[in-house]
Amino acid sequence: MVAAVTIENLKKSYGPVQAVRDVSLTIQPGEIFGLLGPNGAGKTTTIRCLCTLATPDSGRLEVMGIPVVEQPQRVRQFLGYIAQEIALDKVLTGRELMQLQADLYHMPRGVAAKRIEQMIDLLELGDWADQKTGRYSGGLKKRLDLALGLLHQPDVLVLDEPTVGLDIETRSAVWRFLRQLKAAGTTILLTSHYLEEVDALADRVAIIDQGKVIAAGTPSDLKDKIGGDRITLRIREFTTDEEARSVQAMLAQLPFVQDVIINAAQGNSLNLVVERQTDSLAAVQHVLKEAGLPIFGISQSRPSLDDVYLAATGRTLMDAELAAVGQRDLKKEKKQAMKGG
Amino acid sequence: MSTTLPNSPTTLNGSTNFSNAELQAWKAGLSENSPSSPGIFSGAFVQETLAITRRLFIQLQRRPSTLVAGIIQPLIWLVLFGALFQNVPAGLFGESRNYGQFLGAGIIVFTAFGGALNAGLPVMFDREFGFLNRFLVAPLASRYSIVVASAIFIAALSLVQTAAILGLSAVLGAGLPNGPGLVLVFAIVMTLVLGVTALSLGLTFALPGHIELIAVIFVTNLPLLFSSTALVPLEFMPRWLQVVASLNPLTYAIEPIRYVYLHPNWSLNSIVLQTPFTDVSLGVSLGILVVFCAAALVLIQPLLRRRIA
Repeated sequence: MVAAVTIENLKKSYGPVQAVRDVSLTIQPGEIFGLLGPNGAGKTTTIRCLCTLATPDSGRLEVMGIPVVEQPQRVRQFLGYIAQEIALDKVLTGRELMQLQADLYHMPRGVAAKRIEQMIDLLELGDWADQKTGRYSGGLKKRLDLALGLLHQPDVLVLDEPTVGLDIETRSAVWRFLRQLKAAGTTILLTSHYLEEVDALADRVAIIDQGKVIAAGTPSDLKDKIGGDRITLRIREFTTDEEARSVQAMLAQLPFVQDVIINAAQGNSLNLVVERQTDSLAAVQHVLKEAGLPIFGISQSRPSLDDVYLAATGRTLMDAELAAVGQRDLKKEKKQAMKGG
Repeated sequence: MSTTLPNSPTTLNGSTNFSNAELQAWKAGLSENSPSSPGIFSGAFVQETLAITRRLFIQLQRRPSTLVAGIIQPLIWLVLFGALFQNVPAGLFGESRNYGQFLGAGIIVFTAFGGALNAGLPVMFDREFGFLNRFLVAPLASRYSIVVASAIFIAALSLVQTAAILGLSAVLGAGLPNGPGLVLVFAIVMTLVLGVTALSLGLTFALPGHIELIAVIFVTNLPLLFSSTALVPLEFMPRWLQVVASLNPLTYAIEPIRYVYLHPNWSLNSIVLQTPFTDVSLGVSLGILVVFCAAALVLIQPLLRRRIA
């Protein structure tokens, strides 16, 4: 079977900035593929190259077996692109925008008329379809944006950060909608810097950092691969540095404990990496009781995608986000991206 | 106002209704015979161009202030500038009976030029807001549809403006060109609009943002007016400015219009302008305009392809 999307050794620079250094991934028909990474990791540039909005410096891109750079015209017919920012013409109505979209894809009049009614039903735009989009709420705008991107029934739907800036209710509704879309046979590529979004939706995921894929697989495979369970322990609500360090030394000597990390941001809580399938929780509780120490809170969990990211890069996604904020000139990046080329 | 996404309606067999038979048939037809790029001589090009044009007219209909201002402004020019030089002795402005009559042709061309020069601005805003991406990810037959749609829109506006200027000039005593003359006036306006719109859109794709585009429009607009024969005849100017004005395409739009105003029995061989280099006939003048327009359209092709490809 021909892969829905193939990206091989993609490279793309904007001036001196290497936005994408080396990205390779394959997306099978009918799956939801998540591209996870902090802001500035190269996710948007990757999908701009895929959607014919930017020309890659090097690398091979294919959609449904059609080469993107050589035959952009044919690829565009198969792709639906939903940008992070919802760009609507506020003077036009939803129906007028859908008619424009239908004409841009050269749909015959009858086909377009029926399809537009269907999208109005499907996304429950109702009477809003004939209102100017300037009057739409955020959730309504997203619904129209989805309707526009899906109007020509793309085989591959590409969404850049589909739920950024949406309220929780709309977010879970978008998730539900994307799952239904997948069930109906559409291949979906989405980028996100929300762990839980990728975890909840994606069949497979590629974690991308500084323009490179650092891990790829199903979310549960990735978590299994880094191994171990996590125990989060708080001795007291606010543990002193000294006490935290002494407990760290004590617990590190236990045979099943692989690593102990002090999380200063969480009141010096201790994060333990432990071997799977031992009664580790009880053992830790026992050791602390022996030493006469209290327990404010203790919990055990499977590793998360954030732990996968942490293991590969040595920092959490949140840290990467915060570090990136200081380094980026967002205005300049937007201009660079707008220039395309 | 609901912000929730609905649970999608389902068909009887329980699967969600994401497609329909007509759409499937249309899609199947596409993958069988999809040429890599249908080009500008295709039904697809006409369809997308009309759709983009329709959007511009809907915007105008719901925000008519640009049209109102666009008609009032040249009329104010006509009245104020006309009054400014009202007492200039007769004969200084060539064969024109009065300055108002002389000025009409200049205002017509300058107004059309200004409108076309600004054609890139809405497209630039579309680009900055990300709306243009909808056009760029779509399988357009040719991106010239964006240029042609803007040109049709600006041309329609210019025709209304031209009619208003012709009307007011007539009221002010400038008379009217004869029937074929009027046709020629409109043809000249449309050719100029197409060429200048193309250049403006080329700038839109070449420049980084609307600030830069506005700056370029600002430094282009009035200098091109003053270095043309819009306000004074060529023989009025110092020699160096005569040379500049003879290289200014606006001059070749203005002079034929001015000529047909004064000579009901005009022909393509009529001499409309005596440049420092050579005499220029009406036919040559039109030829220069057509070449300018064609050059502009060809010049922007790599920008349409590369910048936004």
